[in-house]
Amino acid sequence: MKFGVVVFPGSNCDADCYHAVKDLGHAVEYIWHKDTDLKGSDCIIIPGGFSYGDYLRSGAIARFSPVMDKVIEFANQGGYVIGICNGFQILLECGLLPGAMLRNNHLKFRCADSLLKIENADTPFSNLLEKGQVIQVPVAHGEGNYYIDSEGLKTLEETGRIVFRYSTSDGEITQDANPNGSVHNIAGIVNEAGNVLGMMPHPERCVDELLGGTDGKLIFQSIVARFERG
Amino acid sequence: MLSARVFVTLKKSILDPQGSTIQRALKSMGYPEVDEVRQGKLFELKLGDMEREKAVQLVEEMCTKLLVNPVIEQYTFELLED
Repeated sequence: MKFGVVVFPGSNCDADCYHAVKDLGHAVEYIWHKDTDLKGSDCIIIPGGFSYGDYLRSGAIARFSPVMDKVIEFANQGGYVIGICNGFQILLECGLLPGAMLRNNHLKFRCADSLLKIENADTPFSNLLEKGQVIQVPVAHGEGNYYIDSEGLKTLEETGRIVFRYSTSDGEITQDANPNGSVHNIAGIVNEAGNVLGMMPHPERCVDELLGGTDGKLIFQSIVARFERG
Repeated sequence: MLSARVFVTLKKSILDPQGSTIQRALKSMGYPEVDEVRQGKLFELKLGDMEREKAVQLVEEMCTKLLVNPVIEQYTFELLED
């Protein structure tokens, strides 16, 4: 299986994503945002960072990079796409995922470990996890306050498209466990077809004990497991 | 020469924590009269010579395509003759 990591001016988690999948033993290549060739990737990772300096709105300008037309085409054909942090914001801006990001409700940049409850383990990104399981993955963002209107929220809830929710270690969904004010503690969602995931926490930052945890590995390994199963 | 001033704000239904923080600051400075503050963005676009009708069409297009995220924001604009 081959991964492609898109690099925008201002991406800063691209190298982490690259090494996360490489260390798991998979082929991976960087894809410059001006390229229109996805280099035969089976999964596209849109990494975190501050593409275009977050000017205008996070992800608003990156979505017009030439590579994004190809990523949208790839996603519409069922290709796996995972957007992490700024990558999630880009997926929202380009319309592959619904909703938008607002400034964190406490107005601070939050860089800390977060606990995520697995709400749907039947996705290409979570199939090695169990529903109700709690994993630890760090967040680092100033604009991760996920918003969607009440109708959209109802659809996400009813169709199992919320994959991760910020929770306590017991899996309770509380206000205190929510690092940014996201509606219904949403930390990660998939599109209707289930092949595009956006998540604010950084799985690539917890793939080795040296980094303080390995729960992030399960997300990348899930993608591989689903891909190999076909 | 035509130019446009585009004002973008969060929709009324969306909480504006920056606005509330500014309102509290104003209150603590002795301006209890301020009931609410909503913060937004202002874009000044220099458009050159063109018909007003064309300018309205272009600005609306630019707002929907880039300047505004319709999920959370709303906009108004005015055209000015320089």
